[in-house]
Amino acid sequence: MIPQEIHDALKSRFGEAIREAKLDGVLDPFIKIAPEQIRGVALFLRDDPAMRFDTLCLLTGMDYTGGKLGVVYHCASIALGHKIVLKVDLPAENPHLPSVESVWKTANWHEREAFDMIGILFDGHPDLRRILMPDDWEGYPLRKDYKVPEFYNGMKVPY
Amino acid sequence: MGLLDQKFENSNIIITTLDDVLNWARLSSLWGMQFGLACCAIEMMATGASHYDFDRFGTFFRGSPRQSDVMIVAGTVTLKMASRIRTLYDQMSEPRYVISMGSCSNCGGPYWEHGYHVLKGVDRVIPVDVYVPGCPPRPEALMEGLMKLQEKVRTESRVKKTA
Repeated sequence: MIPQEIHDALKSRFGEAIREAKLDGVLDPFIKIAPEQIRGVALFLRDDPAMRFDTLCLLTGMDYTGGKLGVVYHCASIALGHKIVLKVDLPAENPHLPSVESVWKTANWHEREAFDMIGILFDGHPDLRRILMPDDWEGYPLRKDYKVPEFYNGMKVPY
Repeated sequence: MGLLDQKFENSNIIITTLDDVLNWARLSSLWGMQFGLACCAIEMMATGASHYDFDRFGTFFRGSPRQSDVMIVAGTVTLKMASRIRTLYDQMSEPRYVISMGSCSNCGGPYWEHGYHVLKGVDRVIPVDVYVPGCPPRPEALMEGLMKLQEKVRTESRVKKTA
């Protein structure tokens, strides 16, 4: 299926939850989804026989400056040979969205990394804790406005 | 030192000091704790392999800190690992030495400017005896570091009572 067909199928099924899409640019064609509906969209993409997106290649958190965060999903279908990118925009004050860990199990660690580095909270994730930084670290290091702490547990951090 | 029994033709009595004998015994069998953290570990493995042999110095790697004399910190020390390094160093029994191998454990290495998770030099948590520069240091450089440590051990004195 080409990206335009995927976009049309999603639009006819989910209506308002599918926001803008950019399917003809230089980068991978992407579709923006409303945050609350992402689990429903993911289940549809995985289970529908015409779509069969059985693989989540990538889940990453983004920090677009100016108080906006986001999540990017790269989904691929090994059975049918097509792929699509989904994007979700979140406000920086309360970045909550449903977890897709129940849909694709690879999201387990990827969502933990997005939580650890950017601070996006995934509702329904069975084990949302830090994966790269120590468990008692404060702050989210890959945010654009992150300041390196002076001391951590008595050790001086900057050079 | 060579094979001692072929150095003397007639007599085979050596007169020396207890310090010298003990230091010679200790520097000829510095058992290292294998502590490869990152890329320097590969060079440490290469030094321990057959071409640049560590075993001819009497050094071979032990898995436990309680059985080792020297800890070769090879690789990037993250803040998460630093508290464990302190615990392992405290578990080594005296006399114990530390060789800091590579840029990352000397001073933070290539991560000195932007590494929010890197401890800039392992000497912020444990005392270091020999620093081996390089990124990564060649096996010959690590062997020179070990030989410098052997020089340090040769001039120490464990027998004299201090203060």
